Amino acid sequence: MLLRHTTAEIKPREALTVNPAKTCQPIGALYAALGIHGCLPHSHGSQGCCSYHRSALTRHYKEPIMAGTSSFTEGSSVFGGQMNLVAAINNMFTIYDPEVIAIHTTCLSETIGDDIPQIVSKAAEEGKIPKGKCVIHANTPSYVGSHVTGFSAMCAQTLRQLAAPAQIKECRFNVIPGWVEPGDMREIKRLLKAMKLPFTLFPDTSDVLDAPQTGHHEMYPKGGTTIPAIRSMGAAERTFCLGEWASQAAGEALFKYCQVPFEVLDLPIGIRATDRFLSALTEYSGFTVPDSITDERGRLVDMITDMQQYLYGKRVALWGDPDWLIPLAEFLSDIDMKPVYIVSGTAGKSFDERLGKILGSVVPEAKFQNGERADMFLMHQWIKQEGVDLLIGNSYGKYIARDEDTPYVRMGFPIYDRVGHSYFPSVGYAGGMRLLEKILSVIMDKQDRDAPEESFELVM
Amino acid sequence: MSEAKKPITVEQLVDVYPAKVARKRQGSIILREPGSDQEIQANVRTIPGIITQRGCTYAGCKGVVLGPTRDIINLTHGPIGCGFYSWLTRRNQTRPGTEAGTDENFMTYCFSTDMQDSNIVFGGEKKLRQAIQEAYDIFHPKAIGVFATCPVGLIGDDIHAVAREMKEKFGDCNVFAFSCEGYKGVSQSAGHHIANNQLFKHVIGNGQKQVEGKFKINMLGEYNIGGDAFVIEDLLERCGITLLSSFSGNSSYEKFENSHMADLNAVMCHRSINYVADMMETKFGIPWIKVNFIGAKASAKSLRKIGEYFGDAELLARIETVIAEEMPKVDAALAEVLPKTKGKTTMLFVGGSRAHHYQELFTELGMKTLAAGYEFGHRDDYEGRKVLPDIKVDSDSRNIEELEVSPDPERYRLRMSDERKQVLASKGFLFKDYEGLMEEMDKGSLVIDDLSHHEMEVLIKSHKPDVFCAGIKEKYAVQKMGVPLKQLHSYDYGGPYAGFQGAINFYKDIAMIAGSRVWSLIGAPWEKGEALRAQYVRPEERSA
Repeated sequence: MLLRHTTAEIKPREALTVNPAKTCQPIGALYAALGIHGCLPHSHGSQGCCSYHRSALTRHYKEPIMAGTSSFTEGSSVFGGQMNLVAAINNMFTIYDPEVIAIHTTCLSETIGDDIPQIVSKAAEEGKIPKGKCVIHANTPSYVGSHVTGFSAMCAQTLRQLAAPAQIKECRFNVIPGWVEPGDMREIKRLLKAMKLPFTLFPDTSDVLDAPQTGHHEMYPKGGTTIPAIRSMGAAERTFCLGEWASQAAGEALFKYCQVPFEVLDLPIGIRATDRFLSALTEYSGFTVPDSITDERGRLVDMITDMQQYLYGKRVALWGDPDWLIPLAEFLSDIDMKPVYIVSGTAGKSFDERLGKILGSVVPEAKFQNGERADMFLMHQWIKQEGVDLLIGNSYGKYIARDEDTPYVRMGFPIYDRVGHSYFPSVGYAGGMRLLEKILSVIMDKQDRDAPEESFELVM
Repeated sequence: MSEAKKPITVEQLVDVYPAKVARKRQGSIILREPGSDQEIQANVRTIPGIITQRGCTYAGCKGVVLGPTRDIINLTHGPIGCGFYSWLTRRNQTRPGTEAGTDENFMTYCFSTDMQDSNIVFGGEKKLRQAIQEAYDIFHPKAIGVFATCPVGLIGDDIHAVAREMKEKFGDCNVFAFSCEGYKGVSQSAGHHIANNQLFKHVIGNGQKQVEGKFKINMLGEYNIGGDAFVIEDLLERCGITLLSSFSGNSSYEKFENSHMADLNAVMCHRSINYVADMMETKFGIPWIKVNFIGAKASAKSLRKIGEYFGDAELLARIETVIAEEMPKVDAALAEVLPKTKGKTTMLFVGGSRAHHYQELFTELGMKTLAAGYEFGHRDDYEGRKVLPDIKVDSDSRNIEELEVSPDPERYRLRMSDERKQVLASKGFLFKDYEGLMEEMDKGSLVIDDLSHHEMEVLIKSHKPDVFCAGIKEKYAVQKMGVPLKQLHSYDYGGPYAGFQGAINFYKDIAMIAGSRVWSLIGAPWEKGEALRAQYVRPEERSA
């Protein structure tokens, strides 16, 4: 057994986290910054932070992840990181020529209290920021929130620092896609284009983290939201924030500094969340959903009704981030499955409320928990008490899947051991079809594997 | 691809840098001139913003040295990230025993105190104490190691006091701590040193379990990436050599505890473990020698060196038998791949010994190393241990504790008489020696410490090596340039590459890379200006 020390007996824990269902803020800030065109993210901390984040993102995307570090030493930890950061800004603009440097902090630089705006203005005074280039920053101490809130902080701070308020609003809509994959961002853009809706998507990692093999390494691939586009987001009519955890703060920043009203919606995962997303777009813009998209919805529903017998009553355990766990739980219960165990290391009160509403009447036995110690060890212990038919979450689930011989679909971050997640969407109706295909494949593969020879079926 | 180009100059590598940066980087770049004593600047601070591949002290301590030990609960004291990123990401394989008491394996688990802002403000000792208690109550481990992350040192948590207190409280569980905050030192290397110190202070020599065996050794600096240690274990066993403990691939707490009863320490990765080797020699009288099991010839040489140390005719004969069993397979595999690899070129920028060791395998493949360097090596890893007395101790090295070690009054035992040592030395047998990477490098090749992303791009554009060897962070940037990258940290999830079987695996993998057709798919025909002719038949002709 790979997780041989995990038993059904749950002893209370007040301090120890085992097998976390989250990681720290800075990596989210780094990922969000890669969704800005021409951006070089920078980690203001020890070298290890940057090295770990780049490694984790590289393993997940199988793409180059470029970022600078302030390379703190004991001396800078005592005297502050100003010299390191000013030098880093100068070196990065001189050597790597980005349009923008997006600095995020770490537990180290936050504990010693480095004042980033002050250091950046010092760099500007010393002429270290070339004309026309900019430096933005977000505070992302690792001892607060999770990777999701780090993503959220970088999105909000970018808009706060770059978006320009405008008296006259244009007929254009902002969409904050939340922490989703490049393929998801591409899919959201496809839906918006199909509706002929003028929009700005920020951040946008498509064409950055799914860049083509051309024989040339582009330090700054063609994708990413451009600085002029980000500036113009202050003149939009409304902002749609997909995901309360990753995107609401960005909407609030645009409202506060540029008076752009915002709507917070779920990530469009599954049928009803996608319905709500498209309905909201229609309601506020007056643009309509084209028949081609309605047909996609119909195909997804058709697929579900065709295969209902393989889904009904199946118990599912999921772990990851609230923004996708909530609509996914809703989707699973819509297709007659039972999301019985859900954990997320990311805290937030509405997690319980939302899941309570979604699952309360249909899966009353469901256990869900988030925040500190809502970890994969706890979830595995629940599974030991009563098993499940399906696991959905990141690559760390493969150890549980093998020990418990349970079908398993990879979703979320990180996925280190398979490809596809960055290219093919999980959002929208098309994403729903992909999720359904994956779920059915693993469940039916197990049925095939375990069927006695006489009941091994050709047609299913 | 590997046509000889005029080698680039050191100046070309650094010319875009601001003047101060260029001056500093030049000291870390050497155009190899064999025969002359060339001094390289190494183990110095990385320049902020340069895009380095280096990690931190915590990574070197928890990730590298202690990570591969299966039955110690490695508890990270800090915010969640550090524990999360070092969770199962280094491919250290392990084989727990099947009996109760030897079957523990915590390597698949991540343990963290997940510090929150209140812990930073009010201190984290209470949470740490509670977390240790909970780990003990739930898992009943033999030992718990506590690893400090950056904020722990800054807020002044006394992790050593907490560890001592809990160790006394439990009685049957050793608890010890590592002050391996990420900001210490200049790279992972400081973390290796801290790990070595604490293992030596708190674990090595605690045991009294006698292991039967005529020729007892430890293997130091072998972390069992991709199963390398398994291959070495098998070779040693076939030769009749008893392996007491590896540091730390496929190791256990008990093996560490009893490792002081070995008669020889064989050192693979000099950088990460030489401190333990030195301290065990001083305290227990165990001599150490440098070995290298990467490369078939190097493996044979290393086995013979161990045999020569013991000087037992039967052992020497068995070693020759094992080598004779292995070499025909190696030669056959090599003959098959040589046509694909001979004359090709490579560059290696990785680790603190791998950029040296793997040159053995490339030499066997007939491939030339154009440039090489370490991420976290010191001058002695480049220039050899002869320069140790000349290495200046700077402020970054000074803050890593140097343990005062003296011979153990009861357990120090001379393993070999000075007389015999001299006899061996007169035959060219080197104790406690490592000649470094530069010795291996040809005239005109480049040796670069802590290679930056920019320097890497310049090197690749100017030399277009056939294979570039580095790690995960470099992998896809290099491959986007149309050059295959072989990861020498993770072996691209292949291996093992140690010993004779490992050499064969490596030959095949490099031949696979060199012989792959996928790279020719880069670029659409219309981009390359190739005329594509399609057959088109007009409808009227079709019916005719």
